[in-house]
Amino acid sequence: MVSEELDIANKNVPARNDDTGVQYVNELTTLNLGPTHPATHGIFQNILQMDGEKIVSSEQTIGYIHRAFEKISERRPFYQITTLTDRMNYCSSPINNMGWHMTVEKLLGIDIPKRAQYIRVIMMELARIADHIICNGILGVDTGAFTGFLYIYQEREFIYEIYEEMCGARLTTNMGRIGGMERDLSPTAIRKIKEFLARFPKVLREFENLFNRNRIFMDRVVNVGGISAERALNYGFTGPNLRAAGVDYDVRVMNPYSSYQDFEFDIPVGQSGDTYDRFMVRNEEMWQSMRIIQQAMDNLPEGSYYADAPQYYLPPKQEVYKNMEALIYHFKIVMGEIDAPVGEVYHAVEGGNGELGFYLISDGGRAPYRLHFRRPCFIYYQAYPEMCKGLTLSDAIVIMSSMNVIAGELDA
Amino acid sequence: MLTNEEVAQTIIQQFGQSVSDFDDPYDLLTFTADRDQLVPLITYLREHKTLQITFLTDVTAIHYPDTPGKEFCVVYHLHSLVNNFRLRIKVYLSDGNVHVPTITPLYAGANWMERETFDLFGIIFDGHPDLRRILNMEEMDYHPMLKQYPLEDATREDKIDALFGR
Repeated sequence: MVSEELDIANKNVPARNDDTGVQYVNELTTLNLGPTHPATHGIFQNILQMDGEKIVSSEQTIGYIHRAFEKISERRPFYQITTLTDRMNYCSSPINNMGWHMTVEKLLGIDIPKRAQYIRVIMMELARIADHIICNGILGVDTGAFTGFLYIYQEREFIYEIYEEMCGARLTTNMGRIGGMERDLSPTAIRKIKEFLARFPKVLREFENLFNRNRIFMDRVVNVGGISAERALNYGFTGPNLRAAGVDYDVRVMNPYSSYQDFEFDIPVGQSGDTYDRFMVRNEEMWQSMRIIQQAMDNLPEGSYYADAPQYYLPPKQEVYKNMEALIYHFKIVMGEIDAPVGEVYHAVEGGNGELGFYLISDGGRAPYRLHFRRPCFIYYQAYPEMCKGLTLSDAIVIMSSMNVIAGELDA
Repeated sequence: MLTNEEVAQTIIQQFGQSVSDFDDPYDLLTFTADRDQLVPLITYLREHKTLQITFLTDVTAIHYPDTPGKEFCVVYHLHSLVNNFRLRIKVYLSDGNVHVPTITPLYAGANWMERETFDLFGIIFDGHPDLRRILNMEEMDYHPMLKQYPLEDATREDKIDALFGR
C-alpha cells in the first residue's frame, strides 16, 4: 500500500521502521461518502481513501439522477424545454429558465422591451440570493450551526412567495416566456419585493454577525480547501468559486445580457480561494444583488412586459379565450409549429454557481437538433479530490458544501 | 478589443491549410480544424501573447448521421478572459474513425467534459487519463445520444406523429 500519494499526504508523519527495517504505513480505509448522505445534499458518491484521519485520495461517482435532458430536448418544442432547465439548478430555477429563453430569443432575433428585461433582472437576482442563502446556510449547518440556517431560511421562503405571486409556482418556476414575461409585476409583487428589500439587510447582517468572525466557524473553514487562481482557471471554475480565488470574472459584466450594463454593482473577489473566501464572496454577492434589485425597482421603465412577436410569445390565457388570433398563435406555439431559423447559438448567463451556458443547434425543426448545457457544477466538481487531499473528513464535508454542488445540475 | 477578422487572420497565418470554414454565427468566431492540428492549435491560442485564449468553456459533440465522412463533430468553446473574446473550434470525424487527441494535459477541466462526450457519443479521446463512462452505467454497450436511438419507442403504434401535429 505504499505509494507516492501516501507519502505526500503523510509528509508530516515519518514512516516507521519495524525491527526488520521494512517501512510500513497504516493500512488505508475505504470510506463511502454517499450516494445518499445528509452532508452530500444530493445523490452522488465520494469514495475516500483514508489513512487514519487523512484523506489520501478520492474518487467521485456521479450520474445517479441523470435524466438525459439533452436527449429529451431533441424531441421537445422550445417552450417545453423550459421545464427541463428549471430542474437543473433547482435552487435558482428562474436563472436557468431565463437563460434558456434568452438563448432562444438570440436564435430567433427577438428584442425584448426594457421593462421585461428589468423584471427579468429582478427575478434573476432574487434567485441568486435564494441560491446563496441555501449554500451559506447549509455551510453553517455542516459546521454545526443550525440557528443561522433556520433564521435566514425564512427569507428564502419570502422569495418563494414573490415567485408564487409572479407565476403561481414556488420551486419549479415558469415565469418567463420566449419574448418577455408571463405577467407584469402585480401591485402585490411590487409590495413584496419592496418589503423584502427592507427586511433582508437586517437578517443578512445578523447572519454575518453570527458567522463572519465566529471562532469556531473560522477554525473549520479558514485555509481549508484552498485552490489557486491558476488551478481554478485550469479546471474551468466560474462564478463565486472562481471569484473566491481572486479572479473577477463575471458573465454579467463581461457579456452583459438583459440590461445588466445599466446597473452599478461590484464584483466581490477573495484571495486564497479557501472555504472561508467562498462563504464571504457569496455573502457579499447577496448585498450586491440587493443593490441591483433596488436600482431596477427605482428605474423600472414603463411599457410592455413582452415583445411584439406574436408568433413566438405565448399569449396570455385571458386573450386566448376571447381573441381568435391569440387562440391560433397559442395553438401553433403549443403544438410546436414555431418557425425557428437554422443556426447555432451559445449563450451564457451568470447562474447561481457560475457560467451557465446553453449551446443550441437548430436545423429549422420544431425541436433543437442538439442542445448542450454547460453546467458549472459539473465542471468544478472534478477539482474536489485535489481540494480535499491531505485534509480530514470534516474538511471534505465543508469543502463540498461551500462549492455548492447541486446534484440536478451535476447530472442534467 | 479583438475582432473576429483579426483572430481569424492570425490563426490562418499560423495554421494555413489545416483550418477552414471560418464563420461567425451570432458574432461567435467559428472554424473547423484538422484533428492532428487540434492540440498545437489550442496550445498556440493559449500561449499567444495578445490572444491569450486561456479558458476552456466547454467540450461537446454533435452527431450528423446523414453527412457522409463527417458523421461526428467535436465542438470546443474557448474564452479569452483578458480580451473578452469567445471562440468555437469544430473537429469533424468520420464514422469509422472517432479518435481525437485529448486536451486534458492543457486543461484539467477537460477531463470530465471529454468523459461525458465519450459516454454520450462514443468519441474516443486518445491519451485521456481515465476514459470511462460518467453519467451512464458501465454495463451500457451503446452511446445514447446517437441519432439512431430515437427517444420514443419506434414500435409504438398509438403515438403517430401526424396525430400530434408533428
